[in-house]
Amino acid sequence: MGIYTIESIRQLTYDTYEMTLSGDMSWIKAPGQFVNIKIDGFFLRRPLSVCDIDDRYMTLIFKVAGQGTKALSMMKASSQLDILCGLGNGYDVNVSMYEPLLIGGGCGVPPLYYLAKTLKNKGITPCVILGFNKKEDVFYEDEFKALGCNVCVCTVDGSYGYIGLVTDIMDMFDYDYTFSCGPEGMLKAIYDKSIVSGQFSFEERMGCGFGACMGCTCKTKYGYKRICKDGPVLFKEEISW
Amino acid sequence: MVNLSVNLSGLTLSNPIIPASGCFGYGKEFAEYYDINILGSFCIKGTTKEPRFGNETPRIAESCSGMLNSVGLQNPGIEHVVQQELKEIRAYYSKPVIANISGFSVEEYEYCVRCLRGIDNVGLIEVNISCPNVEQGGMSFGTDPEMAAKVTKAVVKVADKPVYVKLTPNVTDITEIAKACESEGASGICAINTLSAMRIDIRKQKPVLANITGGLSGPAVFPVALRMVYQLYKEIKIPIIGIGGISKVEDVIEMMMAGATAVQIGSLNLVDPYICKTIINQLPGMLEQLGIDDINKIVGAAHR
Repeated sequence: MGIYTIESIRQLTYDTYEMTLSGDMSWIKAPGQFVNIKIDGFFLRRPLSVCDIDDRYMTLIFKVAGQGTKALSMMKASSQLDILCGLGNGYDVNVSMYEPLLIGGGCGVPPLYYLAKTLKNKGITPCVILGFNKKEDVFYEDEFKALGCNVCVCTVDGSYGYIGLVTDIMDMFDYDYTFSCGPEGMLKAIYDKSIVSGQFSFEERMGCGFGACMGCTCKTKYGYKRICKDGPVLFKEEISW
Repeated sequence: MVNLSVNLSGLTLSNPIIPASGCFGYGKEFAEYYDINILGSFCIKGTTKEPRFGNETPRIAESCSGMLNSVGLQNPGIEHVVQQELKEIRAYYSKPVIANISGFSVEEYEYCVRCLRGIDNVGLIEVNISCPNVEQGGMSFGTDPEMAAKVTKAVVKVADKPVYVKLTPNVTDITEIAKACESEGASGICAINTLSAMRIDIRKQKPVLANITGGLSGPAVFPVALRMVYQLYKEIKIPIIGIGGISKVEDVIEMMMAGATAVQIGSLNLVDPYICKTIINQLPGMLEQLGIDDINKIVGAAHR
């Protein structure tokens, strides 16, 4: 929480950037949590999932989706950002599983990286499916491979990796649990296809990011939940589409 | 020592800073960031007779120096609020709070106020007749002096605490509505709620908000709110709580000089959870700089 310094910023694709920041990392407790960044000239903060973290640094990956993220992409190393840190519940890795399958789509890929790392530290090396629209969108394939994960990339137009949607290649893997993050349509398709339990990380337009404004409420089987505070990760058993 | 304490119809606040309804939940999330007992008071999330999910998402949009919301009064209903939320608040907030209530009929307002009788950690009732995000009811009571008078009369009759009526700026003349409330026994006026507004997503060629329209808040509306508080101060004798786009200590002072006895801070809490604490810490120094030893002396100063 507070002020963070940009250590580096690197362009991963034509519209996707990787930013490394230093500062107080103690707020972040779990993979799948997010941060909310104040950007000069914009009233609302921009929520971004945490891609990686250690004691001193965190890595964020974001796609330029509008004016705010455009401004963020143009920031330089050593400049500072006001960030609310460690928001949301994150993934619960203390569930019963032996062969988890991680499935990320587009902007949903980043939080799975720190999740994969966390699982690896627990002695579980997960299989990973990364889905993108086209070859030019692909990022972090090598980074996941470097963790020792079995990684499969698919593109909707078939210009790289397997052709089709993430759900088209799920059957290639043996898995007893899924962790996913991506567009709601993708999450729903995974939910419908998979017969095992899992955790799904959702995205919604947020006001505050810490549970105060009720801007991002969704209906679940167990009542109303705030995506920012009670989520963004929901268990398969509680999701109501 | 600068005196910061103000009085709202018998309720003494240690300072005039109050987080606004809908921007502070029940205070719990903020209590994780700082000790919220420093606040003068705070307004709980708007409460209706029945539980409400509110509107579909997206409920939030951005604008220059502000935001739009169309939450639509999501709340667990007055009985749950009385049985649970107001009890839980005691664990992290020891002063009386302001209970914000809404309704879809005069009877619903009355019902909610009855439920709040005898609850000693509610110091004031804020009657919201100005929510722009719900069909029928809400704002419709706040745009017609006769309806505003009717609601006020009904709730004042059953309330055992001062009743403040929260007004909408989406009217031709806010002073007409305020005078109607004053004449039926309102102890004070809260002004203003959000301005009815909308945004369009140019890629999707559709409104950003699922509800199409929402309420604009944030620094963009501050001058509008200030003007309305100034107008109200000329026309009514009961205290005014000034609300609308306050983002810094100078805004608090401006709002009080326009005529507000206390202020509410709304959407700024959502982007800076520490904003109220920061402003409370800065108030004494700012007043000293202006040569003021008692904050009450600046109330309405711009009229003199």
